[in-house]
Amino acid sequence: MSRRTLRTGAAIAAGQTAGWLSRVTGRGQGATISGRVINALAPDALGQLAHGQRVALVSATNGKTTTTRLLAAAVARTGEPVVSNATGANLTSGIAPILANAEAPGLAVLEVDERVLPRVVDPLGVELLVLGNLSRDQLDRYGEVHAVGDLWRHTADAHPDLRVVANASDPHVVWAATPAKTTWVDLGLGWRNDAATCPNCAALLRWSADRFDCPSCGFGQPATPNRLDGDSLVLDGTRVPLRLALPGRWNLANAALAVTAATTHYGVDPADAADAAATITTVAGRYMTVALPDARLARVLLAKNPAGWSEVLHHLSERDTSVVIAVNARIADGKDPSWLWDVPYELLRGQPVAAAGERALDVAVRLKYADVEHIVERDPLAAAARLPGAGVDIVASYTQFSALYRRHG
Amino acid sequence: MSTTRESAVRVGLVYPELLGTYGDRGNAVVLVQRLRWRDHRAELVEITAGAPIPGSLDVYLFGGGEDDPQVMASAGMRSSRAAIDRARAEGAAVLAVCAGFQLIGHSYEAADGTMIDGLGLVDAVTRAGPNRLIGELVVEPDPPLPILTGFENHGGRTTLGPGEQPLGRVLARTGSGGNTEGLVGDRLIGTYMHGPVLPRNPALADHILSWVVGDLEPLDSTREEQLRAAQLHAGTARGMRKWWQERVLARG
Repeated sequence: MSRRTLRTGAAIAAGQTAGWLSRVTGRGQGATISGRVINALAPDALGQLAHGQRVALVSATNGKTTTTRLLAAAVARTGEPVVSNATGANLTSGIAPILANAEAPGLAVLEVDERVLPRVVDPLGVELLVLGNLSRDQLDRYGEVHAVGDLWRHTADAHPDLRVVANASDPHVVWAATPAKTTWVDLGLGWRNDAATCPNCAALLRWSADRFDCPSCGFGQPATPNRLDGDSLVLDGTRVPLRLALPGRWNLANAALAVTAATTHYGVDPADAADAAATITTVAGRYMTVALPDARLARVLLAKNPAGWSEVLHHLSERDTSVVIAVNARIADGKDPSWLWDVPYELLRGQPVAAAGERALDVAVRLKYADVEHIVERDPLAAAARLPGAGVDIVASYTQFSALYRRHG
Repeated sequence: MSTTRESAVRVGLVYPELLGTYGDRGNAVVLVQRLRWRDHRAELVEITAGAPIPGSLDVYLFGGGEDDPQVMASAGMRSSRAAIDRARAEGAAVLAVCAGFQLIGHSYEAADGTMIDGLGLVDAVTRAGPNRLIGELVVEPDPPLPILTGFENHGGRTTLGPGEQPLGRVLARTGSGGNTEGLVGDRLIGTYMHGPVLPRNPALADHILSWVVGDLEPLDSTREEQLRAAQLHAGTARGMRKWWQERVLARG
């Protein structure tokens, strides 16, 4: 605390006041406005705030909030105090108040936006990066995937001694993390539609069932003794069962990354780390349930982009539940919902389905061409109430999800 | 072409891994489904990157893509030029969107400033613009096509040669540049409209299909028309202001 200047101290006080005002007036949860005030009044605050904290950053297109939550739970098993941005506020404005509220030196496990990551590595004195995956997301706002991979690559180039735990199965992540001191985990190939060409030489990548490589320049999947195998993590020869409360294959991948980081970087026993991960049931509203008027429960899932939607739909098509697809196209969702056509909604044929959200008509047209019978009802909870069956899953785009979380979380 | 054709209509999705960044598969799905719903046989044919583009397709769809994949696609497309020409001479149709639109012209300017050769199916050249154009595009084509809507997201400005005809006048946002959008040629459409463009504009889908199979029986497009109306309304505030400025103020 003694390293904070008077100016930073005043900025933090002002920020905390703004955050309190935001909460009591019901405008928000206070984290972002509080951080904006701190950053505006003391631009160098991040560095001072991080003093005494061992900082790890978690980033990815999908799964960064959940991976952060799982990693924070796992590293708490070291007995050290842990601070983390549990609400998913992942810009510098979200990070500053978390650090300001740290009461003692300890571990900071921070989710960070993919594009913010390169800017905060130095100010925060980061000692570990945990990198998940990169795929198309909000193309109208963020631009194209290769650009983000290149940003990360520059960071790794500038910090060859930085410790990284990274997904060996994602060509963009492999390209980005190669220059650093990286521990790889093979998480299995998922979405590959955004990695047709080699990030190194732009030739066509060659994909097999379980590997990718570039026939032109030799770039490829790094060999690693760490891999996700079914619902277990194999960590350098040791099999660690992941008995998650969270659903889906994608969360097994998130947990594998978190447990690997907790084990290899923080020295947590792998079984302890997996045990800690298994205690997590909801993550900032993801997988929460909302009671419908007829007392049935609707479960809420967040899906932000084609890769995320594809994972969720595969999961739901195996469960045979009723499904509400709630989509907005505001700035935070991406203003162009053309990605609806990259997602295999055909998987839902035969299940009761509703098109919901401000862009319910876009969803309805997509479902029509997928030969999926459906109703159209803008309000996701009203839509859920109209669907039959014991279980209803509401899959929501970002601002639809946030609205549900605000009202029912 | 007659409506009594025996063989299935082959809708070709060219290099979906390279030219499929903005839901471009949707255009292929819409063409195939609108044929099947009318009891025509139709087949979606994917031409994977690296494979030669066959001359046996009835519709060629070139979609949107990122910078490196677009360069890759241009090489493959040029090497298949003869097959595409042969198919077009036999009546095949072309829909080229965004990067695909740039690639059917003579050349386009890549991200690093170099000029990349296109297929040269049409007399058009694309240069990089000063800024990226992003938003709901509203376009007024010549009859019989109705007003079209789509989402533009591109940095290129495409200039048409004197013999080429634009797809329409821009009512909202920017399009290709010079207040016009896209290109309509001989059984060929080029456009910057994503969405994808065909589910949002079913009349355009049927227009392309009629080039291949002749007259089409009507189809219930209520849902698509509801979506089109909603997006026209969303694009209208800007579009109508511009329309009014042109028609009323320019007269004074």
